[in-house]
Amino acid sequence: MRVERPKRPLTAARTGARTSGLRSLGRREAVKPARRASQRRADWRRRGLVLFLMSPWIVGFTVFFAYPILDTAYLSFFHYDLLSPPRFIGLDNYRFLLHDDPRVWPAIKNTLWLIAVMVPARVVFALGIALMLARIRSGAGVARTIFYLPALVPPVAATLGFVYLLNPATGPVNKGLGVLGISGPNWFQSPEWAKPSLALLGMWAVGNVMVIFLAAVLDVPRQLYEAAEIDGAGTVQRFWHVTVPAISPVILFAVVIGVIEALQYFTQAYVAGHIAAGQASQAGSVSTTEVGYPLGSTLFYPILLYDAAFRRFTMGYASALTMVLLVVAFAVTYVIVRRSRALIYQEGTQS
Amino acid sequence: MRRGLTATLATCALALVVAACGGGGSKSSSTSAASSTPGASTAAAGPATKLTLWVGWSDRELDVFKKVVSEYDAAHPEVTIDLVGGIDDDKITAALRSGDGPDAVSSFTSSNVGAYCSSGGWIDLAPYMKQDGIDANIFPSTAQYYTQYNGTRCALPLLADAYGFYVNKDLLAKAGITSPPKTITELTEDAKKLTTRKADGSLDVVGFDPFFGFFQNTPTTYAPLFGAQWQDANGKSTLATDPSWTKLLTWQKDLIDYYGYDNLVKWQAGVGDEFSASNAFETGKLAMNLDGEWRVAFIQAEHPTLQYTSAPLPVDDAKPDLYGTGYINGTIIGIPKGSKHPDLAWALVKYLTTDDKALAELSNGLRNVPSTTSSAKSPDLIPDANFSTFIDIFNNPKSSTNPITAAGSGYTDLFTSFLANWQAGKVKDLQSGLAGVDKSIDAQKEQAEAGQAP
Repeated sequence: MRVERPKRPLTAARTGARTSGLRSLGRREAVKPARRASQRRADWRRRGLVLFLMSPWIVGFTVFFAYPILDTAYLSFFHYDLLSPPRFIGLDNYRFLLHDDPRVWPAIKNTLWLIAVMVPARVVFALGIALMLARIRSGAGVARTIFYLPALVPPVAATLGFVYLLNPATGPVNKGLGVLGISGPNWFQSPEWAKPSLALLGMWAVGNVMVIFLAAVLDVPRQLYEAAEIDGAGTVQRFWHVTVPAISPVILFAVVIGVIEALQYFTQAYVAGHIAAGQASQAGSVSTTEVGYPLGSTLFYPILLYDAAFRRFTMGYASALTMVLLVVAFAVTYVIVRRSRALIYQEGTQS
Repeated sequence: MRRGLTATLATCALALVVAACGGGGSKSSSTSAASSTPGASTAAAGPATKLTLWVGWSDRELDVFKKVVSEYDAAHPEVTIDLVGGIDDDKITAALRSGDGPDAVSSFTSSNVGAYCSSGGWIDLAPYMKQDGIDANIFPSTAQYYTQYNGTRCALPLLADAYGFYVNKDLLAKAGITSPPKTITELTEDAKKLTTRKADGSLDVVGFDPFFGFFQNTPTTYAPLFGAQWQDANGKSTLATDPSWTKLLTWQKDLIDYYGYDNLVKWQAGVGDEFSASNAFETGKLAMNLDGEWRVAFIQAEHPTLQYTSAPLPVDDAKPDLYGTGYINGTIIGIPKGSKHPDLAWALVKYLTTDDKALAELSNGLRNVPSTTSSAKSPDLIPDANFSTFIDIFNNPKSSTNPITAAGSGYTDLFTSFLANWQAGKVKDLQSGLAGVDKSIDAQKEQAEAGQAP
C-alpha cells in the first residue's frame, strides 16, 4: 500500500489561517495606539505565563539533558579517572574505542542480537496477547489485568525471580523438564542460553506494549472487518489486510521504542549476570565478577559503558562510548522512521 | 578482592534502580558504635567530634569490628565513631570524587592501592608515622608492599588474608583417604575418589572444584600452587613464557573436563552462596576447597559440628619446596583527602593497625591474620589449630601476593576473561592465547603508566 504523506495541506492551511489572523490583529492595533500598549502588556503577560508554565520542562531539559550531553561530549576528549583532574587527550578515547578495545565489538554484537531477536519477539508476543485479549468477551477486565501485571514488577525483582526459576540445578523449570525426561539447559549460566533467557524475561514483562496494542486493536473500525468478511476474507486475510494496516503506526511505535530500549538495555542483564555468577568473587581485583557473565554473552553496550565509567573509572572513555551510543540511537531511529513511512497505512489517504 | 560478594552486588544492583550505583555511599547500613558506652562522652570537655569510618565487613563480621571500635570510642571521649559497613571500592571512589567521604576508609582490594596512592585520593601517611615514631617494619614485608605505591605510603594493613586448603574429614575417611593431599597428583586422585554422582548422572558431591570464578578460585590464588610468576624483572607479563602457567592451566582444564564443564556449572548453580550457611564446603557438597582463613570463623558460627581440617595447599609435584606457601593479601585502611578530621582519623587508624590487643581481638572474632609481626605472636590470640595453619602460611617467607601496578587489577581482569573462555574449551591454542593476553597486559600497563586512554 503506497501512501502519501497525509494532512500536510490541511495543517498548512490551519497554520496559515492563524498567522493571517495575527497579522490582521496587528493592523488593527496600528490604528488605535492606545490599545496597542495594553495589548503588548497582555502579550508579554501571556509570554510570561507560557514561560512559567514551560519552566519545569526548560529546567528539566537543561539540567538533565542538555548539560549532561554537552558535558559528556566535552569529557570524551579527556582522560578522567574521577580522582585527578581531567587531562586533554584529543581523539585517543575514540581511537581506542574503534581500534583497540577488544570488548566493544562483542558488546555491539550482543546489542544487535537484542534488536534482531528480542525486539521482534516482544512485538509479536505483545500483539498476539493483545489479539487474544481483544476476543475475550467475559471477564475481559480480569484477563487484561493478569496479562498486564508482570509489567508492574520492578525489573530487578523480576530478574531475580527468573534467575531463580531458571536455575539449572534447583530451578522449578529444569525440575519440571526433568520430570518430562528432558535435561534442561543451563539458562543464565550458559553462554548460548543467557540471551534467550533474557528475551523470555523481556517477553514476560511486555505488558506496557501489550496495552497499547490492545487499545489499537479495539480501535479498528468494525465495519472494515464486516466489509472484508462480505468480500470473503478469512481470519488470516482479515488480520493481514485489516488489522495490521490499521494498527501499523502502533507497530512502528512499538518497534522504535523497543529498539531504543534495546540500545539502553542494562538492568536485567546486569542483575542476571551478577546473580547467576553468584559465587564468583575475584581476589585482588576491583571486579568481583566477570562482566557479561557467562563468557561475555550478556555484555551489552550499556554494560560496557557502565563498567568503563564506574568500575574501571575511565570516565573520559565512558563518555566517548556514550557519544557513540547517542549518535547510533539517533541514526537507527531516524532510519526506521524514514523507511517505515512507506509501510504505514494512514487514514485519509489513497492506497 | 574477596567478599565483594553477592550481597554487595545485589545491593548494588538494587541501588541502580534508585540511583546510579556508586553515586554516593548509602548510609542506610550506618551503625553508630557511639551509643554503646554511656557515660564515656560525659567526660569530654566539649561535644565529641563525629568520625566516620567505612569498612567492607558486614553482618556477623561487622559486629565483631564494631565491638573493637566501640572500645576505642569509650576510651576516647573526644570522638564518637560512626561505623559504616558493606563498603566496596565503587563507593569509596565515588566518595573520593565528591569530596564528601568518610574520615577514614578501608578496602578489601589491596591491589587498588596503586590508584589510591598515586592519585592522592588517600593522603600520604608518612608524616603522621614519623610524628608518632611508627616504623613500617612492624608490618611483615608483604603487607608493607601492598600498602604503598612507588614509595608513597597512603595505607596501612588492617588484618591480612592467607589462602589455604580445607578438607572435610568425614568425606575423606569415607573414601579411605588418610591425610590431605600434598601434591597436585594426589589432589587430582583424591578429588576423583571423593566425587559422587546422582542417579541421573549429575554431580552430587564434588571432590575439588578448580573452576575459575567459583568461590575464591582465581589465577591469583592458584598461582602459588605452581609457583607461577606474573611478570619478569622488567615488569613484562610472563603468562606465556613461564611454563608454570601452562602446567597449571592444563591441569585445571583436565580436572574440569573430568566432571564435564556443563555438569560442573550446573552443580555450582545448585549449591548455596559462598558467604552463607549453605556454602558447599560447609554443607558437605564439596569435599576439598581452596579458601581464605576467614572460613574458620564462618564454620565456627554456621556449622560448628563440621569435621574438617585445614592444611597448606597441594603443590606442583616437581616443586615440593612450595608446600606451606600460599597467596596472601589483606585489607588496607587509610585517610581520604576529603577527611574533615585527619588528625583524629589518624589516631583511630593507628590504633586499629598497630595495637596488638585490638588486632588480636579482631583476629579472634574474624579469624583474619593479625597484620603486625608482634600481634601474630600475641598471647591474646585464641589458639586454634585450623587457624594457625594460615598464620604459618602468612609468615612463610615464600608466600606471595600479586604485583601492584599502575593499572590496578586490570591485568587480572584481562587474564580472568581469557580463563573463562579457556575453561569452557573455547581456546584452541593455549600458548598463542597466553601470548595474546601478555601483549594486552603490557599494553594496558604502558597506557596506565603514561596516563593515556582510556
